[in-house]
Amino acid sequence: MSTEAKRPPATGQKRKDKGAPGDNGADAGQGSDATGTTPEVRRELLRSMLLQRRFEERCAEAYALGKIGGFCHLYIGQEAISTGVMSMIRPDDYVITAYRDHGQALARGISPRAVMSELFGRDTGTSGGKGGSMHIFDAKTNFLGGHGIVGGHVPVAAGVGFAIKYRRGNQLCVCFFGEAAVNIGAFHEALNLASLWELPVVFIIENNRYGMGTAISRSTANEDVLIRAKGYRMEGESVDGQDVFAVRECVGRAIERARKEKRPTLIEMRTYRFMGHSMSDAVSGTYRTKDELEENMKRDPILVLHNKMYESGELTEGEMRKIDDEAKAIAQDAWDFADASPEPALEKLYTDVYTDTSS
Amino acid sequence: MAVVTYRDALTQALREELQRDDRVFLMGEEVAQYNGAYKVSKGLLDEFGPMRIVDTPITELGFAGVGVGAAMVGLRPIVEFMTWNFALLAIDEVVNAAAKMLYMSGGQYKMPMVFRGPNGAALQLAAQHSQAWESWFAHIPGLKVCTPGTPADAKGLLKSAIRDDNPVVFLEGEMLYNTKGEVPDGEHIVPMGVADLKREGDHCSVITHGKMVLVAMKVADDLAKEGINLDVVDLRTVRPMDVEAIARSVQKTNRAVVLEEGWEVCGMGSQVVDFIQRECFDDLDAPVLRVHQEDVPMPYAKNLERAAKPDAGKAVAAIKKVMYLD
Repeated sequence: MSTEAKRPPATGQKRKDKGAPGDNGADAGQGSDATGTTPEVRRELLRSMLLQRRFEERCAEAYALGKIGGFCHLYIGQEAISTGVMSMIRPDDYVITAYRDHGQALARGISPRAVMSELFGRDTGTSGGKGGSMHIFDAKTNFLGGHGIVGGHVPVAAGVGFAIKYRRGNQLCVCFFGEAAVNIGAFHEALNLASLWELPVVFIIENNRYGMGTAISRSTANEDVLIRAKGYRMEGESVDGQDVFAVRECVGRAIERARKEKRPTLIEMRTYRFMGHSMSDAVSGTYRTKDELEENMKRDPILVLHNKMYESGELTEGEMRKIDDEAKAIAQDAWDFADASPEPALEKLYTDVYTDTSS
Repeated sequence: MAVVTYRDALTQALREELQRDDRVFLMGEEVAQYNGAYKVSKGLLDEFGPMRIVDTPITELGFAGVGVGAAMVGLRPIVEFMTWNFALLAIDEVVNAAAKMLYMSGGQYKMPMVFRGPNGAALQLAAQHSQAWESWFAHIPGLKVCTPGTPADAKGLLKSAIRDDNPVVFLEGEMLYNTKGEVPDGEHIVPMGVADLKREGDHCSVITHGKMVLVAMKVADDLAKEGINLDVVDLRTVRPMDVEAIARSVQKTNRAVVLEEGWEVCGMGSQVVDFIQRECFDDLDAPVLRVHQEDVPMPYAKNLERAAKPDAGKAVAAIKKVMYLD
């Protein structure tokens, strides 16, 4: 592979490799990929990330038009994490996450139509319109939600790990949450139990440096969130979350540990969200500066991957445009499908409160 | 029919269901090696091993969440809280996770699990350890709430709860563990949502549940000597609530007293009275009265604690009042 850049990046931004968010000094230009990807796999990674990006850009638009209501938390800027992790786990593994869940749902392979329909509150949504943006569930892909209480789902992930161990299975559970969750009790209780009982869970802190509008320096006595792993005798690793290859390599080690040693891992993915916390806060200007945002946007995870592929000569400008156009078309199709879908029937108000079944 | 304690009836239910279904497991503080803080799980570790009878650290939120996760992927956890007072630390998992998972997943994820443990005041345990929580959990759609008052109901309802695919809050009377009663031999199941007419009479209905069933039965015995015949309706489960049984009783007696262990404001009795005034308005010969704990945190001193609790004397006074006998 050549590392020489032959063409300019497609997104119109000048390529300028800076330190990763969190300043880990990772060199995005090294072009390394220890996870053994082929050009086709790398293209899939790019497709996955672009789909999330284009899909969520449409979410923002739909929100402004009132087609999506309530809270809507966009994942834009963090796509290398969802894509990198999902590309490493098996279909029979489990995934559980917090409320910033659209990207992970799409990366897991859930139908964009079903996700968009859920956001539109339609009968064809993943939960038939009863969950909304924060509660995407999909039993077919073992996607265990979309949870709205910070930290609340972290013990649930330990429970999934417990069930795997109980059945002597060799799956694992991946649990995503933001860095602000490391200060809540549920996180600590879950880590203790997972380590104490040796449960196959990969806990992933997506450290985008802000819990809503509160910078980590204002919320967390020790900003080294990974040190919490040590407190629970757990392996921990910190990685550049903007580099999908780094994400894959790191998660690969955690997966190995979970499957072979049946032990959990805590991973810090250093990342940055390019949008506000939800649709109700300004992208910058209140709790973070425009300069900081722009500086971090230079390490757009899509750009980082694109540049590597571009420099190695395996991706042409035309191919990039084609992949991007496909992503936009899928997002448009999801929108059209959701928009044309019926609202849930009023009778469904009362279904799924209880099930009639028993063992 | 064998006479067994409420505690042993619960242990029988656990043992039988653990034998019946290997997806069932029991988890909680001191449930295994210690044999249970209240000995409800006595002997189960020896029989079923540490993977199914699981000691946890003191981490209610954590292990309640573990139960939720295990239930999501097909196990059938029984999560024991050493007392329901400690369960408040876990209420997010009970209310925000277990109760809502089926709904917010559009029916994709069932929650076949039981949260159980002792509820209500014992003796001189003071404010933080002497509380009855049924109205808190009965408020939540998605939960079922059992409050058995007798050994037979404890066994039969616990077996139903374990087999149910919905999350069940199972409130055992802390002061009931040593009480004895007849329990039918063999397979004994009590369906949830069905009240039991514990005593038939036509002068006044006493609608109650949980530990207060014993108080109601004592009052019924005492008042029978005065020629007053009570209709004692034991709700057994407060959600779903068997409102037909309440209506049948009130239509017969035309008078009712609701007896509960918890506090007055937003208590279970409020719900019962609401139903009676809507559905039995024309049947009533007197306002419905409620007997409950005084509206104070539970005091420690013996005399104050006695004064704070609902008891037979307070129930008799209320019954006589609705019968215009006082």
